[in-house]
Amino acid sequence: MVEELGITTEGDLQINVGPQHPATHGVLHLILTLNGETIKKVEPHLGYIHRSIEKMCESLTYRQFSYVTSRMDYLSSHINNNACALVVEKAMQIEVPERAKVIRVLVDELTRIASHELWWGAMAMDLGAFTPFFHAFRERESINDIMEETCGARLTMNYIVPGGLMQDIHPDFQKRVKHFIQLYKSKIDEYNEMVTGNIIFQNRMKGVGILSAEDAISYGVTGPAARGSGVSCDVRKMYPYEIYDKLDFNEVLETGCDSFARYMVRIREMNESVKIIEQLIDNIPEGDYQAKTKAVLKLPKGEFYQRVETARGELGVYIVSEGGTTPYRIKFRSPGFSNLSALDHMARGSKLGDLVAMMGTLDLVIPDIDR
Amino acid sequence: MKWQCADKKKIKTVWNFSLSKIAGDVDQWLHQTFNPTWALVAEMVIVGVGVIGLFAALGLVLVLMERRVAAWIQIRLGPNRVGPKGLLQSLADTVKLLVKEGMTPGGADKFLFNLAPFIAMIVAMLLMAPIVFAKDFVIWDMNIGVLYVSAISSLSVIGILMAGWASNNKYSLMGAMRSGAQIVSYELSAGLSVLTIVILTGSLNLTDIINSQQNGWWIFKGHIPVIIAFVIFIIAVTAETNRAPFDLAEAESELTAGFHTEYSGMKFALFFLAEYINVFIVCAIGATIFLGGWMPFHIGNWNSFNHVMDYIPSSIWFFGKTFFLIFVIMWFRWTFPRLRIDQLLNLEWKYLLPISMFNILLATAMAILGWHF
Repeated sequence: MVEELGITTEGDLQINVGPQHPATHGVLHLILTLNGETIKKVEPHLGYIHRSIEKMCESLTYRQFSYVTSRMDYLSSHINNNACALVVEKAMQIEVPERAKVIRVLVDELTRIASHELWWGAMAMDLGAFTPFFHAFRERESINDIMEETCGARLTMNYIVPGGLMQDIHPDFQKRVKHFIQLYKSKIDEYNEMVTGNIIFQNRMKGVGILSAEDAISYGVTGPAARGSGVSCDVRKMYPYEIYDKLDFNEVLETGCDSFARYMVRIREMNESVKIIEQLIDNIPEGDYQAKTKAVLKLPKGEFYQRVETARGELGVYIVSEGGTTPYRIKFRSPGFSNLSALDHMARGSKLGDLVAMMGTLDLVIPDIDR
Repeated sequence: MKWQCADKKKIKTVWNFSLSKIAGDVDQWLHQTFNPTWALVAEMVIVGVGVIGLFAALGLVLVLMERRVAAWIQIRLGPNRVGPKGLLQSLADTVKLLVKEGMTPGGADKFLFNLAPFIAMIVAMLLMAPIVFAKDFVIWDMNIGVLYVSAISSLSVIGILMAGWASNNKYSLMGAMRSGAQIVSYELSAGLSVLTIVILTGSLNLTDIINSQQNGWWIFKGHIPVIIAFVIFIIAVTAETNRAPFDLAEAESELTAGFHTEYSGMKFALFFLAEYINVFIVCAIGATIFLGGWMPFHIGNWNSFNHVMDYIPSSIWFFGKTFFLIFVIMWFRWTFPRLRIDQLLNLEWKYLLPISMFNILLATAMAILGWHF
């Protein structure tokens, strides 16, 4: 009887957050054990949006499988595609033209900004402020417009393919990106004024959701969530791919270990991305946008791994090939899954309202967790 | 010459438009036509219909205003399709809510579940009684108006607790409990800040309080204690009406919809309406106590300016001030993030309440020494 009512034998309340809940931004299901407002346990239940992408990839050729990955972490689809392209290029030793590399970095960083913009709006909405969401979407919209023009899609781009790019950039690309950079720079102060500097916001974020550097490493937390705990883990710096080793940008580190530190990492990361774009936008080399590859790609027998830094953390693509046109087994190491695993540890002992803020700072994208 | 005279007279009657005169005429006519008992009954019916009409009108206007203010702050257009410039949007919403099925969940306590929205509504209606809408235009000019308002407004928590408890939903229950803690706490500050003016005026009657502001609104002539009281009052009533940034009872990102999660159709609409009416009422009380109610805005010896201000009907002054305060509260809602429950209670018990108490002492000293104008 007691179990039926969702009350544990210790008299704690058990509530289901999700699968349909405004705070989870998707079909995540959390079973919370609450003592009043205080959280005693968080148990994530996954699988509501599991599409068996890894299994699907086994029956798709090396040209086809990256399309499915756009649907994993749909907010950084370019970066997912980039990871897939890189692993195939690495295995087949395809030399990608310089122009394609530069454009890849450009669209990756634009994607990162777009993803962080959306996160910023959704984060503020989790804390009960609606307005920032609309302001964030105003800027994100202009990135989507740029993508639409160049890639023909706004969300699932499928622009980066093994060997280079699907097609060349739109003639207006540079002009519009520059325009966006100008727009972004004029608005970032507004963001800080509206949310970062707000006393209620700071009180909600500071000192909650503590994740120490040791815990971050042991839970496998990566990306901005780990860098908020002072763990240096930027793949772009540590295992540079494309042309990141030639670029001048900083790895953003905060040592606060709390929700506010993770928030600040993302805000500052947007500025670093802008810095990268500014370095490249006028220096796109002329040349081919695609390397000459065979019509049918065949990976040599063996195991191949490539990691990239998505907006949420480290994405790993692991391919086992038996020499055919399709992978024997493919495995994605998605950042969201590992980051979510730290949620229980972070949330214990804090209030229900803080859980929502913590989930916000982890920037969970559910299709990325479930795949 | 004759025409001119007539014109002048006509202008004069227009400028002398006053709700109290109309009310007086109606009263007189009723008493002449019927015996006193029936006249009283007829007056009660008129007042009841009037209050319900005002409710409906305010509901429509405030919902539209909220959506327009939100749209303005959020760089979008807001409702602009139904009727001219979207003015009929809230009417369309009302029709939608009316024809929607009002569900009662399986495990709910049916009686309490259906009673709760009416309690929320009745409380809001009762609060209309002592509000002075225009010069000498008030439903019930009671001598304990301020006490009545603080007493009745504390009943609103019962409707919310009842809704949360009867819904048989854990989110609703948590929302209701939050709301209970919140309203009970913030009532103290709201009450104490109103008390500041009661001390300065020496009366609990809202009409007397307005009349004491003949030569300047309290916010101007009350010095720092009244300004502090006004700020605390605005914060406390925002919390008392469960509006953001204190909307923990609803907290859509944490509790989906809080205490009214299980409500739909007209039952939900009643809660929704009651919230807006409560906002109107607390803003009306704020306007009455701190901003001079229907008193026009005067500047010292600028007689011609003051004279022009006097021409604006008193009801416009009252509603103008009230809607200004409502706008401020909406502004809060669309720009601030939400507080956490422990921060909310800390703010009240550790900051607002001590400040209010000290402020009352200050106001008392000021009243005794006659430092205000």
